[in-house]
Amino acid sequence: MHSLSDAQPLAHQFDDTDQQRRAVSFGMWAFLVNEIMFFGGLFATYTVYRVLYAHAFHDGSHHLDITLGTINTAVLIASSLTMALGVWSAEHGKRRPLMAWLLMTLLLGGVFVGIKAVEYHGKWVDHLVPGPGFVWHGEGAQHVQIFYSLYFAMTGFHALHMLVGFGLLTWLIIDARRGRFGPAYYAPVEMVGLYWHFVDIVWIFLFPLLYLIGRH
Amino acid sequence: MSEPDGRRHYLNVDYGVRSWLLTTDHKRIAILYLCSITAMFILGGLFAVGIRLELLTPQGDFVQADTYNKLFTMHGVVMVFFFLIPSIPAVLGNFLVPMMIGARDLAFPRINLLSWYLYVLGALFTLFAMITGGVDTGWTFYTPYSTASSATNVMPTAIGIFITGFSSILTGLNFIATIHTMRAPGLTWFRLPLFVWAHYATSLIMVLGTPVIAITVALVGLERGLHIGIFDPALGGDPILFQHLFWFYSHPAVYIMILPGMGVISEVVTCFARRRIYGYGFIAASSLMIALLGFLVWGHHMFVSGQSQYAALVFSFLSFFVAIPSAVKVFNWTATLYRGSIAWDSPMLYALGFMGLFTIGGLTGLFLAALGLDVHVHDTYFVVAHFHYIMVGGTIMAYLGGVHFWWPKITGRMYPEALAKVSGFVIFLGFNLTFFPQFILGYLGMPRRYHSYPDEFQVLNVFSTAGASILGVGYLLPLCYFLWSLRYGAKAPANPWNAAGLEWQTLSPPPTENFETTPVVTTDAYDYGPDGARATPPEAAVA
Repeated sequence: MHSLSDAQPLAHQFDDTDQQRRAVSFGMWAFLVNEIMFFGGLFATYTVYRVLYAHAFHDGSHHLDITLGTINTAVLIASSLTMALGVWSAEHGKRRPLMAWLLMTLLLGGVFVGIKAVEYHGKWVDHLVPGPGFVWHGEGAQHVQIFYSLYFAMTGFHALHMLVGFGLLTWLIIDARRGRFGPAYYAPVEMVGLYWHFVDIVWIFLFPLLYLIGRH
Repeated sequence: MSEPDGRRHYLNVDYGVRSWLLTTDHKRIAILYLCSITAMFILGGLFAVGIRLELLTPQGDFVQADTYNKLFTMHGVVMVFFFLIPSIPAVLGNFLVPMMIGARDLAFPRINLLSWYLYVLGALFTLFAMITGGVDTGWTFYTPYSTASSATNVMPTAIGIFITGFSSILTGLNFIATIHTMRAPGLTWFRLPLFVWAHYATSLIMVLGTPVIAITVALVGLERGLHIGIFDPALGGDPILFQHLFWFYSHPAVYIMILPGMGVISEVVTCFARRRIYGYGFIAASSLMIALLGFLVWGHHMFVSGQSQYAALVFSFLSFFVAIPSAVKVFNWTATLYRGSIAWDSPMLYALGFMGLFTIGGLTGLFLAALGLDVHVHDTYFVVAHFHYIMVGGTIMAYLGGVHFWWPKITGRMYPEALAKVSGFVIFLGFNLTFFPQFILGYLGMPRRYHSYPDEFQVLNVFSTAGASILGVGYLLPLCYFLWSLRYGAKAPANPWNAAGLEWQTLSPPPTENFETTPVVTTDAYDYGPDGARATPPEAAVA
């Protein structure tokens, strides 16, 4: 087994590892603020149309698969736990558990995206994908279509963030295998963790807004 | 301060193409940006030439309406997204922010390089759109025209803007993290040069605003590509929502363009008035106030778009508030000049030009913030003149002033001062002759974005076109003598202006690591003594 390295690589622009850690962490949080604004545009759009077309949104929401949505929520929350355990393992210099937890996180993320793909396929079969092929037997077809436009845009951008996360996790797993991380240097694991939790939190908002409205 | 020949600095450390394209040195990346945005400026300028040529005569003779629509669209897209927004932050900010805070580089040098590549990629998409037929929606991409009707290259342009947005976001992130965590020992927040404060405020807008335009442009793309109906009224969508989202970014984006310019002016005015800046705290705070208020006034672009009258009232009121921090700056610069020992070097001429033109631009902004008056002049040449006074008279004057001021530091060469003064005057004259008649044209009712106009508007349009050709000469001059100076200019000393500021304490051009030893800051910014001399002379910069 490799021994974990104690030395933290220090980039030339920093005076010491403490400064490097602060800069990296600060930069990551600022990036997440930027991400909040990115999804904020979508949430603002959602809010406007939800207010304008409340009935259509409720009707549209009823056709989402609540079971799969709930399972996916549980899967994603579980992946946040495994990610947090991964960060803890890196911090405490446990290389094998670190790799295991990261792999677990990646698998759970894969399950989420897989289930999402099944749901998308169902919508395609039911002609609920917005565009010329959209079919809705009921009132307010146009407004239901807007609900589905937002459903695909919001979950689509969320899924895109998941895919970026897969890349980041893969990179971490490779580096973890090489024994790059240890108590002195685990900032990348921590930063990817922050990103992963952020993506989870976005879903925590998406789930009720898309799946649960009108189910009271 | 003579420098021995053969000294290693960031420019001669390596000459290979790879050493430029793979560099992570913030100074070299600044040069990469300088070259790319200059190319885009020339391109945008050529579109402007087309516009002014067509408007020389009332009839549509040089181009027809369709081509004219493309000309003003591509002029706007190139100038706003590919020149003005990156101009001062990506060139001067990139070069100077780390030097001004005594750091060796930005916090994330590789991300800095990535942001340049994103800029280039975005520019390539947009160039592709232009070469293959252009785009005619106006730089504002209003829906449903952009999503449903326009048959031009909206998609590649939108993709280009989307990608370039991330370049802007990454630059902003880099500046914020750098300013927070990498200041030299003793450099407290309230000792920072105002240039750094201005860039900090700008970066906040970049990080908070740009993602919103990114998602908005993405939705336009989805709507155009997949026919979803988020903004299309025919599909139940709301085109006004697009305008809200668009201006939520694009109004603050105006402050992305002007705030860094204000930072440049603060540096130049103090140096050539030989005085400590008047009201340091107020100027620093006013940058943050402008960044904050900038996010609350977007509705003033939509007074005639059918937004609620109450919203319009609030937006009008808030827009007037922006005048306060802007005026704080202008008054404080003026107060700095008072009893200063003023030197008329070329950077100072540009700074004084900025102050005059920005003031006119700002005051006419108040006209437009007034609800009743805006209904009269909305979408007329009055608006065109107003924002050109801010963006060209303000930002480009400041950008050129800054490039003149720091050229000796960046390249290690002096430019011909007499020519620089001449070009400053030519630009000032040409600019006013181009755009002042447009205020009158707009007030008389000439609408923007038309290729033909009634005969009675011709005299003023001829003035404007004549001014534009003078302005063009004014912009070509610096391009020529800056290039000339690279080879034939006198070697620049470390501190040719005897200026305060850490960037002047190192050699010209600086070594790759910026400073031989990390500087320790013991005084406030702008440490110019009461009699005009430096109160504490900079430590001797030795090779």
